[in-house]
Amino acid sequence: MQEKKDNIIELRHITRRFEDGFEAVSDFNLEVKRGEFVTFLGPSGCGKTTTLRMIAGFDLPTDGQILLEGRDITSLPPYERPINTVFQRYALFPHMNIYENIAFGLRQKKMKEAEIKRKVEKVLDLVDLEGFEGRAVTTLSGGQQQRIAIARALVNEPAILLLDEPLGALDLKMRKEMQIELKQMHDSLGITFIYVTHDQEEALTMSDRIVVMSEGKTQQIGTPEDIYNEPKNAFVADFIGESNIFNGIMIGKMKARFCGGEFTCVDDVEEGTHITAVVRPEDVEITSPEKGIIRGHVISVIFKGMHYEITIESGRNEIVARSVHTATVGDVVGMYVDPDNIHIMIAEDHTNYFTVDINSEYRLEFNGKMLDTSVTKIIPGSRRQPDGTLVDGHGETIDPARTKITASIEPQDISMTDKVEEGLIEGYISNLIYKGDHYSYVIHTDLEQDLVVDDEYLWNMDDHVGLIMPVEKMSFKLNR
Amino acid sequence: MRTFRFSRKNLSIPYVIFLAVFVVIPLFVLVYYAFTDRDGHVSLRNFIGFFTDPNTLGTLFYSIVIALTTTLVCLAIAYPTAYILAKSRVKRKSAMLLVFILPMWINFSLRITALKEILTVLEENIAYYPFLNAVIGMTYDFLPFMILPIYTTISRLDPSLIEAAKDLGANDVDAFFKITLPLSVPGIVSGVAMVFLPAMTNYVVLDMLYNSTYIMGSLIGSYFAAYNWNGGSLIALILLLLICVFTYLTRNLEDEDQRAGGGALL
Repeated sequence: MQEKKDNIIELRHITRRFEDGFEAVSDFNLEVKRGEFVTFLGPSGCGKTTTLRMIAGFDLPTDGQILLEGRDITSLPPYERPINTVFQRYALFPHMNIYENIAFGLRQKKMKEAEIKRKVEKVLDLVDLEGFEGRAVTTLSGGQQQRIAIARALVNEPAILLLDEPLGALDLKMRKEMQIELKQMHDSLGITFIYVTHDQEEALTMSDRIVVMSEGKTQQIGTPEDIYNEPKNAFVADFIGESNIFNGIMIGKMKARFCGGEFTCVDDVEEGTHITAVVRPEDVEITSPEKGIIRGHVISVIFKGMHYEITIESGRNEIVARSVHTATVGDVVGMYVDPDNIHIMIAEDHTNYFTVDINSEYRLEFNGKMLDTSVTKIIPGSRRQPDGTLVDGHGETIDPARTKITASIEPQDISMTDKVEEGLIEGYISNLIYKGDHYSYVIHTDLEQDLVVDDEYLWNMDDHVGLIMPVEKMSFKLNR
Repeated sequence: MRTFRFSRKNLSIPYVIFLAVFVVIPLFVLVYYAFTDRDGHVSLRNFIGFFTDPNTLGTLFYSIVIALTTTLVCLAIAYPTAYILAKSRVKRKSAMLLVFILPMWINFSLRITALKEILTVLEENIAYYPFLNAVIGMTYDFLPFMILPIYTTISRLDPSLIEAAKDLGANDVDAFFKITLPLSVPGIVSGVAMVFLPAMTNYVVLDMLYNSTYIMGSLIGSYFAAYNWNGGSLIALILLLLICVFTYLTRNLEDEDQRAGGGALL
């Protein structure tokens, strides 16, 4: 019971489906404690703003319930909710001066003028803009307008303050300052903040808890440390900071194989389980070739101010490392990762991802073999120019040397053959698990990759097989 | 030897000539005629004549009443229309807007003649209702000029302003009167300017409706028809000054690119 009382707002099974059938938010559940700073984080179109708008009352959920202090407010209009919003582009009323803007909410409550005056002065003091009462909105800088927008919301002493990417329009320096100020405001006022952003750094800096969203679904809810250090899935790992993400398999107690090497880790996952391993670039230690668990050659070094970003190619994998020491392009180096810094996630989907090349003829190649599809088919809107170059839908030239295509294929779409030369790639069976109606195999390929293959027949461990991967079953994604 | 260098300044030459021939010189001619008599002597006779003749003053007053009524009727029809149009979620908004603009694409005399026929059917004899018919004719003619600027202003209003008002406790009615209406004033001012002043002078509408009433425009027309350039010019000058006063009084209310937006739709 005590637990319940602490929650200021609860979102239960919230779904928002638009008229065209698109589900912006699917089965969203969240409990926010009084005084918490919660951030919805995700790429654009992930449903974070829609969720915020449903809390504010601008949008109504198709399904589900919103409880504010135990009271159902799901279909209450925004003006009856004790919740105030700071809008993305401030939304200050241009025909009113600063005083009138801030007083708007108080006037709606029919408050006495003396009281209004006192409150406006107090809140202007809070946002460090004393004496701005008589100024016109247009005479203010972006940062000042943002402060007024915050003041206008805070003056109503809302139960919850919603902030919709409030710092998006500010320059970097201003943004950093406002982040700290907002956090201080939150700490001193004790008001619950729900903040929406696509900037992971902003989320990590300010929040007590982060809700990572993608495609309308919650991916992970946790403290910034949890989200950063223990991402629940590959999406979170990829979105929160840069990550190296590998498909792999557990090959023993706290031993995993991925990226062509055998690593010791700290997660005790059952042997034979398909996993996704995540390693942060700063956790990749560059060593001499002999000392590393895996080896590769340096393909690029970029100076980033505080560190160098070093990209290393090992077999068919690319590993990004961050180091204070530089490296030389072309050098062969070893790589070591501390067991603590390897994050193992049990792979829910066993989709195989691999990189394919575009050759100079604009054909796709994998493992030195031509794929029977054309580039223009897989890059939407792309076409060949009369001079032979390739342009994308925006008319920009696609440089085959600098463009990478990630192909994916489901395990059940790959078949194995004894006639190894018939396969697109060959390898040996390094693991098999019986799954009730089929076997799940891991094939360690000649390119030091592990591919997952489902087959209803039993093959033997260490069998050398060719993998038939039909092009029509592959999907492709362009990365630049 | 000097070579001709084409600079950007040269581009303005045609415009300067155009402005001089069609704007500046006619303006001087107008002022000259207004302050001279038939023999070309400088005189205030036209001026004194206008303000002492009860007939001309009556016409001025009547024009203002007609123009004011027309403007108010246009506004009463145009604002809700523009508001609904701007706020509706119809996909082909411009097509809807076109329905209201379409009459402007039809020849003016055809339009008014058609109106006259309709009025004749409804009223039996259009001569019985000269004031009503003048207002109907003018409203019919000028309505699009009121709808367009208001529509443009409302549709460009940031929807988050309304949301912000509701967020701060305003219900739909409050949000309309405190936010939408005050912020659409620039559009209203543009619309009023485009309807009120033409309504004082566009006597052709009345002529074609066989309307017996006299407005400022009719006065100028009759002076010119009698080759009294001086009297006609004076009235034209008075109207010009009226426009200047109106523009000056509303200069702060008008939106910079308002007219451009409205114009683009035309």
